[in-house]
Amino acid sequence: MPFDNAPTYDKLIFELSSPGRSAYSLPEPDVDVDAARSQIPAQYLRQEPPALPEVSELDVVRHYSRLSQLNYGLDTHFYPLGSCTMKYNPKLNEDMARLPGFARLHPLTPELLAQGALRLMHELAGLLAEIAGMDAVSLQPAAGAQGELAGVLMIRAWHQANGEKRTKVLVPDSAHGTNPASTVIAGFEVIEVKSDANGEVDLGDLERHLGPDVAAFMITMPNTLGNFEPRIVEIIEMCHARGVQVYMDGANFNAILGISRPGDLGFDVCHFNLHKTFTTPHGGGGPGAGPVGVKSHLEPFLPVPVVARDDGRYRLDWKRPKSIGKLHGLWGNFGMLVRAYTYIRTMGADGLRSVSENAVLNANYVLKRLEGHYDVAAPGPCMHECVVSARRQKRLGVTAMDVAKRLLDLGFYAPSTYFPLIVEEALMIEPTETESKETLDAFCDAMIRIAQEAESNPAIIHEAPVSTPVRRLDQTKAAREPDLRWQPKP
Amino acid sequence: MRYLPNTRQNQRAMLDAIGVHSIDDLLKKIPPKARLSRPLHLPPALAEMDLIRHMRQLAATNADADETVCFLGGGAYDHYVPSPVNHLISRGEFFTAYTPYQPEASQGTLRSIYEYQTMIAELTGMDVANASIYDGASSLAEAALMAHAVTGRGEIVLAAGVNPLYRRVVATYCQGLGLRLRDVPAPEGILDRDAARRMVGGRTAALVVQSPNFYGCLEDVAAAAELTHAAGALMIVASDPANLGVLEAPGRQGADIVVGEGQGLGVPLSYGGPYLGVFAAKQEFVRRLPGRLVGATVDIDGRRGFTLTLQTREQHIRRGRATSNICTNVALCALMATVYLAILGRRGLARAGELSMAKAHYAAERLTRVPGVSLRFPAPFFKEFALRLPKAPERVVARLAREGILAGIPLKPFDRKLGDGLLVAVTEKRTREEIDRLAGALTKAVA
Repeated sequence: MPFDNAPTYDKLIFELSSPGRSAYSLPEPDVDVDAARSQIPAQYLRQEPPALPEVSELDVVRHYSRLSQLNYGLDTHFYPLGSCTMKYNPKLNEDMARLPGFARLHPLTPELLAQGALRLMHELAGLLAEIAGMDAVSLQPAAGAQGELAGVLMIRAWHQANGEKRTKVLVPDSAHGTNPASTVIAGFEVIEVKSDANGEVDLGDLERHLGPDVAAFMITMPNTLGNFEPRIVEIIEMCHARGVQVYMDGANFNAILGISRPGDLGFDVCHFNLHKTFTTPHGGGGPGAGPVGVKSHLEPFLPVPVVARDDGRYRLDWKRPKSIGKLHGLWGNFGMLVRAYTYIRTMGADGLRSVSENAVLNANYVLKRLEGHYDVAAPGPCMHECVVSARRQKRLGVTAMDVAKRLLDLGFYAPSTYFPLIVEEALMIEPTETESKETLDAFCDAMIRIAQEAESNPAIIHEAPVSTPVRRLDQTKAAREPDLRWQPKP
Repeated sequence: MRYLPNTRQNQRAMLDAIGVHSIDDLLKKIPPKARLSRPLHLPPALAEMDLIRHMRQLAATNADADETVCFLGGGAYDHYVPSPVNHLISRGEFFTAYTPYQPEASQGTLRSIYEYQTMIAELTGMDVANASIYDGASSLAEAALMAHAVTGRGEIVLAAGVNPLYRRVVATYCQGLGLRLRDVPAPEGILDRDAARRMVGGRTAALVVQSPNFYGCLEDVAAAAELTHAAGALMIVASDPANLGVLEAPGRQGADIVVGEGQGLGVPLSYGGPYLGVFAAKQEFVRRLPGRLVGATVDIDGRRGFTLTLQTREQHIRRGRATSNICTNVALCALMATVYLAILGRRGLARAGELSMAKAHYAAERLTRVPGVSLRFPAPFFKEFALRLPKAPERVVARLAREGILAGIPLKPFDRKLGDGLLVAVTEKRTREEIDRLAGALTKAVA
């Protein structure tokens, strides 16, 4: 939190409202408003203007500036939120996305007048295909979960085209919640595959489930315990031998850039989270983008339209009879594509490989420094993130959540807590490559201090956080008595 | 490398601490046959100045809405965005945060979302709004899935005036669950109510109507809601919230779920995304809503605070039984809309809507004076309308583009029966002079 000697700001924009105050600047009409209004049936018109706030421009600027100060963001704090890859978002990306030719381009502009945008999309799809070892990429999915849905629907369509009706999708018990959720929307039954003690896929359990009714196996690589599945090639071969397609959840792609390519390993489909690996900002929850890459046998099923190039001209290709259909209202989150393209062109091949190497180095360094103080969920070395457990601390009455809250007081955002579900009291730490050794040392010092406090002074942890704008919130009240919108006090 | 702070000395010290010789030793779990044995084939890294030059060249080949006079709509509109919107959303504390899983350190994001939920509920006339979905099309798809879950019925009936791109997205989302989609014809540009009455029945989960619809026409939502409710189905209304300073809230016309594209509320055109999926519903469906919700509560000292709530609906808790698979959404676009609506406020949104409406009506009147040009549909419209042209609209559009005017959207790719149709949108940004220029250029182009 920034230095501030005022009491913590506690206002909603509605509470600043004063009748008659305004912040807008719109021209006087140069045409007849009443004539237009008279052409619309009265029952279609609003009787009372909506009860939006009436505030000045400075009210708005100060209010949202103050609200921003109630947040930890990556620009202000180390943000080791595992599996989210909260790496630095280069400012150059923002300038490029805001060039008028990109930011102010209407999506239904005639294609001949949008060649630069289409070319950027075509090139980015090619760059991502090379990075993943895939044959084709659709940029349309708006987020990783939408990419998953696209991928699973393509697998479904492929089986159907082969005259097969397969009804189940296998998902490890360590998977992100989006995997089963996307799978169910695609019309499949989800079957959980067990992980072994190291958090790797239990091959015996996988073998048991690999029946003729299985359409796909969906797996995160590296896995959600931060490890590269050492037998991944074998797993994929096992699946393919049974006609099962293999999907890679690309949430952890940041670990393997230039090191290993899912397409080479045999994966049939993978998605990319541009907001993780390719430095588009997370925006407090989005927007992201979740392009999906496929091997050639799945290419006919990609969502329409696909950006095509003929004779040096780029166009949207809609004539794809096997396509699963359309996924995004337009062409995808183009603004995010500009940022990711900028990043890849900034880094080049060597740069991207260094990204992953440094991400791996940083995570292993954190793991090493913490292993004497917290239980380690899986033996190292890890890839770009590590999972530790507050199991030991819990016996002293300090949970993973408590550790997280104490970290907030010590100046850090918290790791992911209670994920993956298979690790008791999990704390999933992802430092990313953009953090320096000094920052990692400060974070590890804080984690170690908390482990020591758990033994000597757990009360201080239970009190935490005390330095944040609010302290621990009553979640039960929030769920039991949902208050989801502001109402004026009577 | 500028985004990678570890120096060689740092790396050495860290490797020593870990107890390995090199970074490669950390990758030993990756079997050799799983490794890439060559560098990626990517274009060489560009220095910042060279990259900027390249990007400006790419951007310059696009006809953006600043360089041209833009009458394009069809779901994305060239509305004015006040300066503070970009400044405020660019603050790093908003821009570089993520989902507020630790509410104590995320009150800024949470409070702004709570404001957003309040504003959207107010605009749409609904009880609750979620914290946003990717875009208008996926909001509609989520609404269809929700109607299916609520009613247990397997058929979604859509008015033919619903944006055809949205309908394709709904079809994609519904294919896995085997939901049947049926279209009610719109021979006059709006819902054929008798046909709708025949089609909406005991198997119907929901009737979907968009108003103003893809052709710009206003639908009689109240009448549609009445026949929908008579069949025990839900009424889903797709609506552009930017119009709701002037147009009646769908909630007061009988909607059970309101969805829409919120791009017009301060979100850049950006060639189609990221946009803002609006989703609002009646209170009784609150535990069925897709996506995130922020609620007010108190902390242990009794102070007001905000937190994500009712999370047992969401994928990270409920997994395969979640109401939706959405995780990363478009929170920053929701913040753009919140700041935009705060700036325009009670009267400004109505003023922007009035200006768009009035200029669109002026344009329609002016353009239909061009010989051979007429309104395609007789229904009342708001800020967008379909014309019938005496010459192929694609050619007219191409010709006017050479004069710096993006005249509209040819309707043929969306509906073959409308081969002579051109969809024209007019926002508050267009001036009378620009409209007159369009009319003049169109006169020449069709002569």
